[in-house]
Amino acid sequence: MNPFPLIEAQLAWLPSPVVVTFIIVLKILLIVMPLMGAVAYLTLAERKVIGYIQVRIGPNRVGPRGLLQPIADALKLLCKEVIVPQGASRFLFLIAPILALGPALAAWAVIPFGAEMTLANINAGLLYILALTSLGVYGIIVAGWASNSKYAFLGAMRSAAQIVSYEIAMGFALVGVLVAAGSLNLGDIVEAQRGGYGIFSWFWLPLLPLFFIYFISGVAETNRAPFDVSEGESEIVAGFHVEYAGMAFALFFLAEYANMILISGLTAVLFLGGWLSPVPGIPDGIHWFLVKLSFFLFLFLWFRATFPRYRYDQIMRLGWKVFLPITIVWIVVVAAMVVWHVPPWFAAA
Amino acid sequence: MSTITAYLKSLTLWELFKGLRLTGTYLIDRKITVQYPEEKTPQSPRFRGLHALRRYPNGEERCIACKLCEAVCPALAITIESQMREDGTRRTTRYDIDLTKCIFCGFCEESCPVDSIVETRHFEYHGEKRGDLLMTKERLLANGDRFEAQIAADREAEARYR
Repeated sequence: MNPFPLIEAQLAWLPSPVVVTFIIVLKILLIVMPLMGAVAYLTLAERKVIGYIQVRIGPNRVGPRGLLQPIADALKLLCKEVIVPQGASRFLFLIAPILALGPALAAWAVIPFGAEMTLANINAGLLYILALTSLGVYGIIVAGWASNSKYAFLGAMRSAAQIVSYEIAMGFALVGVLVAAGSLNLGDIVEAQRGGYGIFSWFWLPLLPLFFIYFISGVAETNRAPFDVSEGESEIVAGFHVEYAGMAFALFFLAEYANMILISGLTAVLFLGGWLSPVPGIPDGIHWFLVKLSFFLFLFLWFRATFPRYRYDQIMRLGWKVFLPITIVWIVVVAAMVVWHVPPWFAAA
Repeated sequence: MSTITAYLKSLTLWELFKGLRLTGTYLIDRKITVQYPEEKTPQSPRFRGLHALRRYPNGEERCIACKLCEAVCPALAITIESQMREDGTRRTTRYDIDLTKCIFCGFCEESCPVDSIVETRHFEYHGEKRGDLLMTKERLLANGDRFEAQIAADREAEARYR
C-alpha cells in the first residue's frame, strides 16, 4: 500500500539525510504535480460549468471536447512578455506572485488525503493552515502596492480588508471544529468524525452554521465571486493584477485556483469527514476525499455563475455583523454539546 | 411577524438556494449553441448579404444608371457616374459601393426598377487590404455572374410577395 518504505530500502546505500530529503521531495512532487494539473483543468471545468449554466457549451475547439484548452492557455501565457510598469517597484512587483502562490501550495503539507497519507502529520495542523491562508494576502497587497497603479492599489486594499474580516469568522468556525474534535491535528479531526452513522456522524450536522460560515468565508478568502471585489472587473478593471502579464499573471491565477482547491479540501476534511465513507460498511479511502473536494469546487463554480458581486459595505456587514456573532454563539452551543456528551457525535468515549 | 420571517429567510439562505436551483436547472438544460463553421442556421431567400449587379440572359447589364439606389441609400455608400454609350443608351461608367459604409438595409434593391442591384445570400467574405471592401462595377458584375443561379431562384421564390 505504502511504497515509501520500499523506496527507502532500495536507497539504503545512500547516507540517510539524502534518503530522507529525496523521499520528502518525492512526496512534495506527488502533491504539487497533481495539484497543478487539477488547477489547469479546474480552469477548463470552470469555463465549461459556467458555459452550461448559461446554456452554452464552453470551449470545445482545442483537442477533443476542448480537453487541451488549459495546455493551450498555459503555453500562451508562457510565451507572453512579463511587463514591469514604469515607476513600479521591480523587486516587489516580481516577488508578489510568488508570495501569493507559495502559501497556497505550502498549506497542502498538512492536508490528510487518507488515513496514513499526510506529508507532515503535525499536531498544530489547523494553526498552520490558518497561518498560511492568512499569508496569501501579502502577495495581493504587495502586488497592488508595487504596481504603482491606483486600480491595483484599490483592489489590494479591498482584498486586505476583506481577508482580514473574514479571517476572524473563519477562525471562529475553526475554533468550533477544534472544540468538537478536541485536537488541532487534521488527521485526528477526521478520525473524531468516525461514527456508526456514516454521513450523519460527521461534523457538518452538529456544526451546521459553522459549516456554512466556514465555506462562505472560504469563498471570500479566495476572492471568488460573489466576493470578488478585489478584482471587480466592472469598477476597478482587474484589481490587484491589472498590471501583470504573462507568467507573473499566470502565477496569480494558479494561486487563486490552488486556494480554491485548498478551501474545498479543508471543508471536506473539517466538516465532511475527509476520507471517511458516507455509508457505514463501505470502505474508506482517498477517493471519498476527492469526491467531497470536487463537490465543493463545483459549488465555487456554481456560485460564480449564480450570484452577482456583493457591494463592498455589504461584504463588511456580512463578515462583522452576521458571521461573527453567529460563530461566537455556535461555539458556545458546541461547547455545551461536548460538555454534556450529546449523542451521537459527542457521546462519552 | 414579517421581520421574523425576513430574518429566517436570510438566515436559511432561502433566496440564495432559490437562485442556485434556477441556475442548476439551466446547467442540465439542452444546449442550443450552433457550431458555426460546421453547422449553420437556416437562411431566408430575402437574406441581405454581399451586393451584386445582375445581367439579362443575353449578357447585357441591367443597370440603366437611374441613380435611384444612390438617392435612396441612407448610408451614402453608393456612388454612380453615367454616360451615353455608342448605341445611345444610358449606362454607368462607375458604380461603387463602399461596404464599410453600407448598413445592408436593402433599400437599393427595393428601389431598383430593373432588378439590377441585389443583395445575395453570400455573407462570408472579408477584405485583407485597404480597398478590398470597396466594391467597383466590375467586381459587382462579377458577383452577379457568380451567384446568378441563386439570385434568380431567390427572386422567383419571392416573386408572389412583391
